[in-house]
Amino acid sequence: MSAYADSVQDLIDAFARLPGIGPKSAQRIAFHLLKAEPEESRNLASAVTAARERTRFCERCFNISEETLCSICVDPKRDSDLLCVVEEPRDVVAVERTLEFRGRYHVLGGAIDHLQGVGPEQLRIKELLARVGPEETREVVICTNPNLEGEATALYLNRVLDVPGLIVSQIASGLPVGGDLEYADELTLGRALTGRRLIQGEST
Amino acid sequence: MSLYREVAVVLRTYKLAEADRIVVLLTREKGKVRAVAKGVRRTGSKFGSRLEPGSHVELQLRESRGDLELVTQAETVEPHVKSRSDLTRLGHSAALLEAVDQLSQVGKPDPRLHDMLVGGLRVIEDRDPPLVVAAFYLRLLAHEGVSPELDRCVGCGQVVERLYWAPEVGGVRCGPCGGGRNVSPESLSVTRATLGGGLNAVLDLPDSSKTHDVESLASEMLELHIERRLKALRVIHNS
Ligand SMILES: [Zn+2]
Ligand SMILES: [Zn+2]
Repeated sequence: MSAYADSVQDLIDAFARLPGIGPKSAQRIAFHLLKAEPEESRNLASAVTAARERTRFCERCFNISEETLCSICVDPKRDSDLLCVVEEPRDVVAVERTLEFRGRYHVLGGAIDHLQGVGPEQLRIKELLARVGPEETREVVICTNPNLEGEATALYLNRVLDVPGLIVSQIASGLPVGGDLEYADELTLGRALTGRRLIQGEST
Repeated sequence: MSLYREVAVVLRTYKLAEADRIVVLLTREKGKVRAVAKGVRRTGSKFGSRLEPGSHVELQLRESRGDLELVTQAETVEPHVKSRSDLTRLGHSAALLEAVDQLSQVGKPDPRLHDMLVGGLRVIEDRDPPLVVAAFYLRLLAHEGVSPELDRCVGCGQVVERLYWAPEVGGVRCGPCGGGRNVSPESLSVTRATLGGGLNAVLDLPDSSKTHDVESLASEMLELHIERRLKALRVIHNS
């Protein structure tokens, strides 16, 4: 038996199903809305509905878009022969924030996860392979998460992107800026060493 | 609440809230333990890659009243560098972890199971033989006391020339007793060797239709035992 009115309990349950929100936070958000002006709830509801109804996946890169093709895919200033492969649309946002990348994207919709049973056939990898030729891709930059699943996905992509003339690169994983060397784990420090860059002299 | 140290293998992890993870551990002395690792998903986390599936670690844990303990320190015991940079090794390791996760229970210490897992992951890191997963599964079944019967018919107990594979009854069966699937005598003898004293020779076998056969036999038996499908093997076969 719930202590709340049914409609309130439904609201709490709906928030609790969202990623990163536990039962306590769900309760807090629900009661915040109930205490605030009705306007605030109406705005939230219409923002959710509008975003959900107006957006879809870009037909080319599977980023979230309001049109058939997303704003990045139709931007003529973007290098069309450079492709950055990411797991989720939010990773597109993260890479865009760096202002370092001027190519296009391909969103896989997840990562290979043996323990959850997510294999390559459940990701948009076929679609990626279908883009490389027609778009005359010169380089694919693999930008998956630096965790086990992202690593598995990068290894698989490297295996299937065996196309003559195509450059496949992977973002360097190294030490977080602002961290102390002595706290780095072995794998991260090892990667940072492997991916070191030359600052003087010639490479051997 | 008291602090204690444990050697463990991370079996799997789940996302929790913004940046935390729940890690499912197979500790040597306490059996399966679930614990929270705070901030582990931030790229600057002090735990870094140490708490990912397959990591062999020494941990400091804080006991709690609930069923989730807290990871306060983590040091690597054996780094599995190759197992993270090679897709086949990575898949094989996952196949071992998945099976052990299914068989281990909270509150039931099983040091032997822990040692088998550590040994299996080490073999994958060192040389990753094609039969490593099958051999591990067969030895797990033996450890559970449910080795398949491979010598005589499960139905009548007779040793006959032609035996068929009938995992649902726990091994091989003769034609008159109901038969089963065709399986080559070579595959059966490799399976027998894995369970007997021939493990090292088995691990030297190159990839072939015979080793694939043995892997199917082993995984079918294990799936029947745990009453669910194994996910990692399916991903391996699709990638
Ligand atoms: Zn697009
Ligand atoms: Zn019989």
